[in-house]
Formats: sequence, C-alpha cells, structure tokens
Amino acid sequence: MRPTPTVASIAAGLLLAGMAQAQTPVLTVYAYDSFVSEWGPGPAIRAGFEAGCGCSVNMLGMGDGAALLARLRLEGERSPADVVIGLDTNLTAAAAATGLFAPHGVTAALDLPVAWDDPLFLPYDWGLFAFVHDRTLLPAPPQGFAELADSQLRIIIQDPRSSTPGLGLLLWVKSVHGDGAGEMWRRLAPRVVTVTPGWSEAYGLFLNGEADMVLSYTTSPAYHRIAEDDDSKAYAPFREGHLMQVEVAARLARAPNPDLAQAFLAYLVGPEAQAVIPTTNWMYPAVMPDGGLPEGFGAPPAAGAALFLAPDAAAAMRDPALAEWLAALSR
Amino acid sequence: MAAGAATGRDAAGFRRAGGAAAAAVAAFVLGPLAMVGLAAQGAVAGLQPGDGAALRFTLAQAAASAAASVALAVPLARALARRRFAGRAALVTLLGAPFLLPSVIAVMALLAVFGRGGAVNAALAAAGLGPMSIYGPHGVVIAHVFFNLPLATRLILQGWQAIPAERFRLAATLGFGPAEVARHLERPMLREVVPGALATIFLVCLSSFAVALILGGGPRATTLELAIYQAFRFDFDLGRAALLAALQLGLCAAALALVWAVALPAGFGAGLDRPAGRWDAGGVFLRVQDALVIAAAAAFLLGPLAAVLAAGLPHLAGLPPQVWTAALRSAAVAVAAAVLTAVLALAIATGRARGGARWAEAAGMLPIAVSPMVLGTGLFVIVFPLADPAALALAVTAAVNAALALPFALRALLPAVAEAEAGHGRLATSLGIGGLARLRLVILPRVRRPLGFATGLAAAFAAGDLGVIVLFAGGDAATLPLELFRLMGAYRMEAASGAAVLLLALAFGLFAVFDRGGRLGAAD
Amino acid sequence: MGLRIERMRIVQEGFTLDADLAVARGARVAVIGPSGSGKSTLMGAIAGFVPLASGRILWGGADLARQPPGERPLSILFQDQNLFPHLTVADNVGLGLDPRLRLTAADRQRVAAVIARVGLAGKEGRRPAALSGGEQGRAALARVLVRARPLLLLDEAFAALGPALKAEMLALVADIVGETGATLMLVTHDPQDAIALAPETILVAEGRAHPPRPTAALLADPPPALAAYLGRNAQGASAAADAPRAGRAAAAVRRGSAP
Repeated sequence: MRPTPTVASIAAGLLLAGMAQAQTPVLTVYAYDSFVSEWGPGPAIRAGFEAGCGCSVNMLGMGDGAALLARLRLEGERSPADVVIGLDTNLTAAAAATGLFAPHGVTAALDLPVAWDDPLFLPYDWGLFAFVHDRTLLPAPPQGFAELADSQLRIIIQDPRSSTPGLGLLLWVKSVHGDGAGEMWRRLAPRVVTVTPGWSEAYGLFLNGEADMVLSYTTSPAYHRIAEDDDSKAYAPFREGHLMQVEVAARLARAPNPDLAQAFLAYLVGPEAQAVIPTTNWMYPAVMPDGGLPEGFGAPPAAGAALFLAPDAAAAMRDPALAEWLAALSR
Repeated sequence: MAAGAATGRDAAGFRRAGGAAAAAVAAFVLGPLAMVGLAAQGAVAGLQPGDGAALRFTLAQAAASAAASVALAVPLARALARRRFAGRAALVTLLGAPFLLPSVIAVMALLAVFGRGGAVNAALAAAGLGPMSIYGPHGVVIAHVFFNLPLATRLILQGWQAIPAERFRLAATLGFGPAEVARHLERPMLREVVPGALATIFLVCLSSFAVALILGGGPRATTLELAIYQAFRFDFDLGRAALLAALQLGLCAAALALVWAVALPAGFGAGLDRPAGRWDAGGVFLRVQDALVIAAAAAFLLGPLAAVLAAGLPHLAGLPPQVWTAALRSAAVAVAAAVLTAVLALAIATGRARGGARWAEAAGMLPIAVSPMVLGTGLFVIVFPLADPAALALAVTAAVNAALALPFALRALLPAVAEAEAGHGRLATSLGIGGLARLRLVILPRVRRPLGFATGLAAAFAAGDLGVIVLFAGGDAATLPLELFRLMGAYRMEAASGAAVLLLALAFGLFAVFDRGGRLGAAD
Repeated sequence: MGLRIERMRIVQEGFTLDADLAVARGARVAVIGPSGSGKSTLMGAIAGFVPLASGRILWGGADLARQPPGERPLSILFQDQNLFPHLTVADNVGLGLDPRLRLTAADRQRVAAVIARVGLAGKEGRRPAALSGGEQGRAALARVLVRARPLLLLDEAFAALGPALKAEMLALVADIVGETGATLMLVTHDPQDAIALAPETILVAEGRAHPPRPTAALLADPPPALAAYLGRNAQGASAAADAPRAGRAAAAVRRGSAP
C-alpha cells in the first residue's frame, strides 16, 4: 500500500528533522501520553535537562503506563528507548521480569511514605487513590467502603482491565478486605453507575454530573483549586486508608546512551523537575522541593493513610481480584 | 455486452489492478493479525471462561442494535422519501453526522441528553416523574441506534428512491392508497434492502468497545474487543489477543456470507435528495405522522450534537494553538485517507466490473470487523524493525482509516461502477479508451456522487481516529483527537469540550465538502 | 481484399453461430435475420467484443484476433449509448482522434470541421441530453468521420428514430461511406433499409451467417427462415406458420414497412 504524497511528505519531513539533530546525542524517553502533553511535566523537564546536558531529548508519549510496558515488551531488546517514565508499582513486577531494565544508579533522599530500595525503578512522584466529590453537593461523604456501599450515592469507576486507576481500586479493595473483597464488590455494585475504559471518561462524566463520586486521586481537588480557582471539589478520606500509587522511571539495559540516561533520572528527582511535578502531573513529588508544595495543593495525608502494596503482592493479587470483580459486577 | 467488458488486455489490466488493491487490503488486515500471533512466540493461546460471555454479549448487542436501528429507520426513510420540504437535503446530510463522530464525543453527547444530568431527566423531573437511567443493555442499544440510524436510513432511503417514479404514477392511476402502495411497491423493496442494512449495522457494532462498556454500565457489557484489549494491556497475552481477533474476523466473514446469501444493498451514495412524485400520501393523518417521525428523529440525532456544541462553543476561541495545529494535521491525514480510499475502492470496483473475481470484493469488506487494537499492534510489530513508528504515525493512521472506510466505499461504488461499465463500457472499448483514460473519461464522471460520499466517510473516520495513533504517536505529531484526549487527561474538560466542537466540525465539514463536491460535479 | 470470415464458430450458452464469408472492400452490405439469430453477435465478433471458439476474421488479409476493439480497422455504432452523456459533442467526437482526449489545435480544427460537416455547427459545446435524437446520431457519425476507419458497422443504429429521421441518418451514412470509400455493414430489421442502402445482404438464420447475396434477389426469393421472419414482420405471428411464397413475402415487405 503506497502512502499518498501528502503523508509521504509529512513522513519525509519528520525524518529530515530527525537527521538534523543527529549531530548531538539524542536521549530517547518513553512516557505516558499525559506526561508528554503540553499540559504535563514533559516539556519543562525536557527543556530543563537539555539546557545542561549537551544533548537533545526525544520524548515520546504512548497511552498510559500499561501501554508503555506493552510497547517495551513488543520492542524487546531492539527498543531505541534510553529511559521510560510512568510505570507504577502495580506494573513493576511484570516489568522487572522482562529483564529489559538496568539499575538506575541514582541516590536521592526520597520523601515517600514508605521505604524505597528498588535498584531498578526510581520513584518520581506518588499519589493516593481516592473518591472525589463536590462538597457543595455532598457535604458528608462516606468514610469507608462499607459506608459507601450502604449509601445511596452513585459512583463512576474505571475498568481494571484497561485503566491504571481502575486496577488501583481493584487492589485497594482487595488489600483492605482480603477474602471479603468479593462480597464488598457485591455490595458496591448497585452504587456503580458505570465503568469507563479510562480515567478521562470517568472524570469527565463526573464533572458533567453523571455521578456523585468518581475514583481519582487525593490530589485531584488541587487542580480545581489552583488552576480553576474552584474550591468545591474534595476527596473523601477513608478510614481504612488509601492505596498508594508510586510512579517510577527506569533506565533500559540496552540504552544507547546509558550515562545520559542516568543523568536524566538524576535530573528527574532533582529540585527543578520535582518542583514542576505537582502542578503539571497533579501528584505528590517524590522529593519535596525546598519551597514545599504550592499554595492550595494541600498537604499529603498523614503517612498512616497510605496503603502500600509491594509489587510482588500486587502482581499476585491481580488475577484473583479481577475474577471477583468481574463476578460481582457482571450480575 | 458483458463479454466485451471482461475480455481484452484492458480488462485484464483493470482486473490485475483490482486484484492487487484487494490483495494489499487483505494483507493489511490479515498480516498484522498473523504478526501478533507470531509475536506470541508459540505461547499456547486458549479461550478463557469470560470469553464465552463476551462473545454472547457481542453478538446480542450487535443483533439488537441492528434490529432497532433498522426498525426505526424504516418509518424515517419512508417519511423522508415521500415528503418534500425546504431544507430536506440539508437535513438528510445532517442526520448522517452521528455516524461520523468519534466514540468519545458520541458518548458525551448522548449523556448530555440522556444522562443523569441531561435534558431528558430534567424534563422528567419537571414533570414530576422519576429519573430514567441510560446505563444498561438498553443504553448500549440507544447509543448504537444513535450511531447507526443514519446509516440504516441512508441504506433504506436509497431503496425507496430506487423504486421508479413511473411505478408510483402507475399506482396512482390504479387508485392505490398507502396500504396498497406499501403492499405492492414498498414491502418487496424492503425485503431486498433490509437484510443488507441489518447485516451492515450488525458488523459495525461487532467491534464496539468503549460505547458498549460505558453505556452498558460495566463489565457485563464486555465485548470481544474489550477482551482483546484485556489480553493486550492487562495480560500481555498476544496469542489470546490474536485468537480473539481471529474469532471476531470469523464472525464478520460469516455475517458477510449470510448477507451475500440474501442480497446486498446497493449504492447508498447516490441520489438522496430527489424525492419521487407521490400521489398516495396526501392524507392529513399521514402528513402529521411523517412530520412527527422526522421531527422525532431529528431531535434524537441532532439534540445530542446540539448539546456538544452548546457545551463547547464558549471554549472554542480559548483553545491553545497546539489544538489548532493538531486540527490541521488531522485534516491532512483525513485528505490522505480519502485519496487512498478512493484509489483502493476504484481499483477494486473497476476490477470487479471488468470481470474480476468475487474474492477481491470480499477482501475489500474485511476491514469492517477487524479489531483496531490488533490491527494497530500488528502493524507496529511489522513497522518497528523497519522504521521509526513515530515518523509513520500519521501515514499509518491515514492507511488504517482508509481501510476502515473501504467497505462502505465499496458498497457505494461497486454498483455505480458496474452501471457505468454496463452503460458505456462497450462504447469506450470500441473507441479504444482504456486504462487511466477510461477511468478519467468514462468511469469517474459517472460515479462522482458515490465517490464523494465514500471519500467523505474516509476523511471523517480519519479525522476522528483515536485507535492506531495512540500506539504509534510520538510527542510532537499529535492529531486533534489525541489533543482532545490529552486535554481531558490534564483535567481540562472545558477546553476538551471546545476541542470536541472543533473535531465535530472538522469531521462533519470534511465529509460535507467531499460529499457535496461529488454531487456538484455529478454528471446527471 | 476486404473482410474475410473463415470457418468462424461462436459458442455461447445454448447458441452457436457459424460463418464463412467475405465482404469486398467498399461494399455496402445489409445484415438481416430473425430476432435472436445472431446478427449483433456477428457484429460483436468483428468488432472484437465476442470471442471466437474457432476460425478467423481477417481484414486486408491480416488476422484481427490479436487486436483489441479500439485498434481494429473499424468503427461501430450501437442502437443506443453511442455518446458519453457527461461529455460535450466536441469531446465525444474528439475521442475518435485520441482515446485519452489529448487534442492538438489541429485536432480541434478537424473536430470542428466534421461537426460542421454533419450539420451540427454551433452545437460543439452541448451535451447529448441537449440534442435531439437526430442530432445525437449526427454527432456519433461525426466521430465515425474523424476516426476514418475503413469498415463501418451499424448495429441497428438509428432503429429507435422515426422513419423520416432514420432515412435522413442513412442518407448521411451513404454520403459518408461514399466520400471515404469505407466498407459498410448494416444490421437492420427493416428490409427497406437493405433495399435502399445495400446492394448485398447477409442472411443470419438458424445458427449461420450466409455469404452476401444480391439484396433484391434474396428478398424476392427468401429461404424459409427469412420468409417466416419477413411474414411475421408484415402480418403478425399468424403468418409465420404459413409457407409463404416469394412474391407474397416481397409484397408484404413493401406494405409492412411503408411509412
């Protein structure tokens, strides 16, 4: 199938642009799409690193964390990537098993609620899953799954098979309720208005008034406060705590530019990049910047509120939890 | 003289070109599927317990959606066929808009009307009635009717307008009323047209995914395409993904075989704005009935679009410049897809009209039920060792959407090209008009309407595509749908609603330009 | 040496046609016979639309088998669809000079000249739908003129026109073949046409195209199949069962086809 002239010329233009940059080393960074987008942290971090590295950064966005890992597995050892940004602790067990990653070699004073000593995966931000609501409409939100199940509230969640937060909720319920998770899902099922393929659809539907609460992050209200000057959104603190999502970056074992890759990872957890994270990725930075969090962001919940699920535990829990979820919600 | 069209060097040349185009399409669809299977590297693929349920749900929702769409399209097409009113042509074009919508926007549009906070529930509450919920199996059907009623109406309206005006005149001289016209003219036509319309919409709904999940209210609305998604993203089980995709393609092939056993609708790209003179439908009751049907359909199809416009228009002017750049990029991709669709469809249709084998036509229909996820992944597996996928993202998007539009393009073009060849092929051959000159001088002028429709469809599909681009895209070459999704992913829902208006305008505008272009230059 | 058809056999579903005959260069030959006897099939074979099961068709001693229709030394006009409805008269005629319609200034002058010759001056820019039936015939004949091929096949062309118009068209055809020296083969169901225009006639009947015979003699003493056809032509189906004698049949021809 021959590409048409228009497309061919676009492709040729891109190739030429690539060749012009071939003089300086090019660091190839894979990240999820919203990291790379104009509104994500990508552009600032890229520009900041390029200012001092004598290199250029080719930052490519692809779907979400799961898509990123699938892409790396498809490419295997031929992958041109030096660095990948955006896997999370629910994916790192599978990622480590591919053998595609090398130790990051960066030492940083991480401000995480948990101790971190993974040699392969370097955290750059973290968040807590939470149900978000409009407090003018819902002044007294439920304070736990049981209370939510007993309420008349309507919630929107994401499908764990296609969405990172969806998988997060699955593991959150499972890690809190253990063998009772299936029963909890049966009780929650009537509260679920619908299940969306991804976070964006769910959050959009919530903002359009389709539900009282939506599964998102404790940091989501900060966006509305800071970017929209809207203080009405809040998250509901749950007594049993909130599952923690730690987002990590890593260096590919076959990275064409291993030293640059390591330098980039160090920059990623350095003060410049970390200062950008809160108001672009809307997550808590892995290393607290000197000035602390921006005004209006809200302090992270107390360390005790964060439930951490080790990668191996998450990997082992995934399939049985999905089966329970499917059984409860398919009825 | 059929033999004249099919014999000789020129006919053989057209058959070769058609065969080559069809083979390219078949390779484009089946190659990636095979590559995904191969990439599984011998991992034994097996179906899982949930797959049976996914298969049953996929079939049931597709069947129900097809039945509902066609059942509603019959009265709508009848009303449109026997009424003339100002703006009728524009309304027919506008009613086609939902079919062109990217699914994210369509879901948002529907929920703005039927959702919890939508207009319908507001009206119900004002009337003191309880709220209705759109989520559930009925929601899936409503959404698919929203998408496909325009297509079904177009197919059936075409059937109505294929009834010669003379026959309505004859019916009038015999004093036929609406009941007799229905019995002697309309029902025989419907028996021919309806099976094809049913099958076409059934096929379109087979690969539904996001719409079914969101409006189905959860995992009980799991379709095969979602199971494929899960195999990829959740399990990274390529063997299972390939197996499920093959199953989906097999369903498509079986449905197609069934359609061919009953008769296919012909040429829905042609002549939709010329109502025949009617003498049987002058009664006040029928006038009111038709007016109500048309008004209800317009409200159902255009109401959600109006909601999208109302929500997004205020944010259109404030859109960041990248979104406009992305819109230009999407427009370029759309035009490329349209050109490619035209080339492929013309090659296959002319090859068939010059005595080519039926497999070429079948190959051209294959893309209708291919899994976009598997197609994209397989293409990635093929492209990756050879070239930078990001550099080819736009080209691949154009190619994939050209393929996706091809089945519809063929349905429109095959009969038109066959008619052009039947009418003037012998004369052209006697004058030695062959090859590209035959295409330019004999075929193209006779098929401009369906070609305009087909290219418009391809352009709209490509402008709204959010399938393959996600797998291939890099950082800088985002298309408009990707920018829309990025805005949503960055909490910027209001800007996203503005981008949705832009995307709606782009997809529909491109379709209208191509479609109109075809009609303006039409030879008749 | 004109047209030679050597031991030709055409086999189609439930139908065969045999021919072994010659038509001299510059001759004018009518082709008549019952409906479905294969007159159009014979024309189609000469023009290259119908494949031969066996035998050869030669022009000037050269076998036509390998020549596609457009390259054969002939022009053919059908009963209808002789003009492309989406092209102007000038373009329709111009196609006779170049099938890709890439015309030089000289070509265009020639096109204008033949259009004037057939009496359509000033109508070059019209589309066929804006012409009368007679004018459409003239436009098609203008294209025959610019093609200037040595053999002209008329496959019931002009049959849909009224008698006066048809006579006018055939007179123009006679003029054209007279000017160009072209060989004419004319399929007709009207013996009057044969008498008026063609000194010789090929009878196609019962699976065989017979060699040309003088038209007057053939019509005066028709073989049974032709007689039956002519009788039906004149008097309706009831006459077909009779075994008509020559004189009566010939008389019937004149009565039946008088305007």
